[in-house]
Amino acid sequence: MSEALPEFQLLAPASVDEAVAALGANPGALASAGGTDLIVRLRKGLSETGTLVDLGGIAALNDITPGAGGGLRIGAGVTLAALAKSAPLAEYPAIPRAVATVAGPTHREVATLGGNLCQDTRCVYYNQSHWWRQSNGFCLKYRGEICHVAPKGNRCRAAFSGDIAPALMVHGASLEIAGPDGTRHLPLAEFYHEDGAAHLGLNPGEIVVAVLLPPPGPVSDYAKVRVRAAVDYPLAGIAVACTQAREGARFTLAITGTNSAPMLVDIADALAEGADADAYFAALEKQVQKAVSPQRTSTLAPHYRRLSVSALAARLARQTAGFAPEDSQRPEP
Amino acid sequence: MKRIVSLEINGRTVEEIVPDNMLLVDLLRDRQGLTGTKQGCDGGECGACTVLVDGRPRLSCIALVAGCDGKRIETIEGQAKGGHLSALQRAFHENLGAQCGFCTPGMILAAEGLLRDNPAPDEDEIRVALGGNLCRCTGYVKIIESVQVAAAEMRS
Repeated sequence: MSEALPEFQLLAPASVDEAVAALGANPGALASAGGTDLIVRLRKGLSETGTLVDLGGIAALNDITPGAGGGLRIGAGVTLAALAKSAPLAEYPAIPRAVATVAGPTHREVATLGGNLCQDTRCVYYNQSHWWRQSNGFCLKYRGEICHVAPKGNRCRAAFSGDIAPALMVHGASLEIAGPDGTRHLPLAEFYHEDGAAHLGLNPGEIVVAVLLPPPGPVSDYAKVRVRAAVDYPLAGIAVACTQAREGARFTLAITGTNSAPMLVDIADALAEGADADAYFAALEKQVQKAVSPQRTSTLAPHYRRLSVSALAARLARQTAGFAPEDSQRPEP
Repeated sequence: MKRIVSLEINGRTVEEIVPDNMLLVDLLRDRQGLTGTKQGCDGGECGACTVLVDGRPRLSCIALVAGCDGKRIETIEGQAKGGHLSALQRAFHENLGAQCGFCTPGMILAAEGLLRDNPAPDEDEIRVALGGNLCRCTGYVKIIESVQVAAAEMRS
């Protein structure tokens, strides 16, 4: 037998309203979609619940439809395998690129967009077996009192480790959220909080129903730092969107894996006509170095993650604006 | 809570009374005796427990049985037909794709899922499709060659 899952009842609502009602009627209930994050957490004793509300049977969550004013509306239940193949999403290049780097292909068959956006934060002191964590006095994020990453601090430093959120953020995505008080909309960049133990802006009983994208426009890309070429979460990841090629280009960046929330970095100055492009991208790299605050939450040193994600940011910025790589001799991060 | 589920496992209809928290890997191994499906990491990281659910690869160690009600499950035991190994099984056997053999059922089912979708994958596509499956003997080269041989045979 496997390490047993705790006992719970599984509810299978057929509509969003039924799901919200089920979550409201069962305090402490957790919403479940593909289960690739949640089931693992339940098995490792990182979460507990008496009720799982399985969103997989809600057909309304599975559509990709044209959104307002030429944008897209993507149901939260669309699987990552389906997203990667979606033709309209190809107009937002960073998004399918990010989707294809999530976990492994077998995970992507069932993992959903909503689940990826709502995944738990991760830390080397947290994503361990019960025995391991118990021997360490647990941690601030769950059942303990001290953050082993920053023992003098008063908040959890676990890192947000989703790949898709930054790619959506550089394209200006927002969320449609359903809950006991009806439906509300929220820019994705405002959905997350810089607290590893409470990083999601969801009230009790709420679920993410859809992601809304404005019309496509910017050229974009996504890249991540990881040890293994598949399955690994981002140890740092960067999405870049660029408004136009060459001079006049303006960049929006979003970073994952370095902080407890994915972080939008707006580069205020456009690449001016006649400006020294190399100096511009070097300044952009420095700005990313200053913006991120990786902690000792992963197996890679924070300093390495800071430098590598900044270098990747500059590389993607050059690429999306149509510049040749600065120096092909530069080692891969 | 318990419930009655009806699954098709390797072509045979199976009805079981299962608790809501039962995992597919436990149903297959402990109730059905289909121990060809392996438990490796037990946390969705190694791919040893890969089976096909409605023809698509799925990690049975993080799949609830209750979520598979009415679905078609294929395990390594269902791959040989009429006493003949499947093309992938034969290719793994003849091209040394299996070393200790522990990852092999998961590798073969992940590859089966790929070849049904894409009968002529290039090496990169095979590497991506098997990216979630770990081989601790590290025999990846022979595994990829085995998939290529099986794909060629299935096309001919």
